[in-house]
Amino acid sequence: MELVLIYAFLVAGLGYSIAKDRKKTKQALFIARRILVKMLPSLLIIIGLVGLMLGFIPPETIEHYLGADAGFSGTMLAAGVGAITFIPNIISIPLAASLLRSGAAVMTIATFITTLTMVGTVTAPIEIKELGVRYTLLRNIFSFIFALLIGLVMGVILI
Amino acid sequence: MKDRNNNNTFKHSPQKGGDSQNSASPQNGPAPGGPGGGPGQGPKVSPKEFVLLGIVAAIFIAIHFLYPPQSRAVYDVSLSYLQEMALIIPPVFILMGLFEVWVPKSFIQKYMGKEAGVKGIGLAFVFGTIPTGPVYIAFPIAAAMHRKGARLMNITIFLGTWAAAKLPQLMVELKFLGPSFTALRFVLTIISVVMIGLLVEKVITRKENKELVIEATD
Repeated sequence: MELVLIYAFLVAGLGYSIAKDRKKTKQALFIARRILVKMLPSLLIIIGLVGLMLGFIPPETIEHYLGADAGFSGTMLAAGVGAITFIPNIISIPLAASLLRSGAAVMTIATFITTLTMVGTVTAPIEIKELGVRYTLLRNIFSFIFALLIGLVMGVILI
Repeated sequence: MKDRNNNNTFKHSPQKGGDSQNSASPQNGPAPGGPGGGPGQGPKVSPKEFVLLGIVAAIFIAIHFLYPPQSRAVYDVSLSYLQEMALIIPPVFILMGLFEVWVPKSFIQKYMGKEAGVKGIGLAFVFGTIPTGPVYIAFPIAAAMHRKGARLMNITIFLGTWAAAKLPQLMVELKFLGPSFTALRFVLTIISVVMIGLLVEKVITRKENKELVIEATD
């Protein structure tokens, strides 16, 4: 069902673009191909890693470290990993989904996705260069706190 | 365990080594433009990724001989993920291409700097959800907006939505994590981003004011 929505969006977007400017549409498709080529290795790596992880690590283990029983320490672990790593969203979400399907807690996964995106340790040098140390520190610290809050609320609402 | 991992249908006929070949073969596809990282106009893929991909492919082949029972599960899961990705990736990337063509980054810069108030906040959201690139592309844009006089809060909102609530990402999230997860995280992210924006702005302006007072009394 979600796919229908996404494809409907695509058809609308493409239709509008073709009607307005064929050349630009062609350019857009070229950009899409460029993104695909650039992302393909990472996508395949993550697909392989998800397969290996789910094939070898029993769900009980994932549940033990990241599930509801792990409680807040599991969430903090995910938040920390999310904050210090830099994985493009499109790649991280299938990974997060596989963890969720194997028994990780909603709170932990929601926090992981949010710190992964909003808190950037790897990108901090660029942020500091452009926006200053104080701004970077404040934004990232507040983002980390709010990522935990988002996870907490989601964990309570979606069980 | 298999059914726990996959609620989607997928072929239950893993052709043993065939699957590992399958997921490894596209490695040859982008290779001409990839390794070496030369200054060609082709898309650049870092050689590091190819090494990693090679390692994963090697593990895939090795487990077929070393851990036959687990390898079946690994191939099944990977294949089903490959199928899920193959369905979602093309429309997402094409939409990313369309956004990049129709909403160039200079356009974002031009309008974000000008508008203030509620309109400015709204624009920060809209421009934050539309873009396609990784967040480090957003920092120079944010800095330029700030120099042009955009409010600090709007810049934080812009960066936050760009990072955590981009449309292409939301579409992938919708497919893999479902509508309720995606919708709830989106709403909470928007609320959080506004609060983060307010907090950062408050702390920074208060400090600046203090410094001004100190300077004045000196």
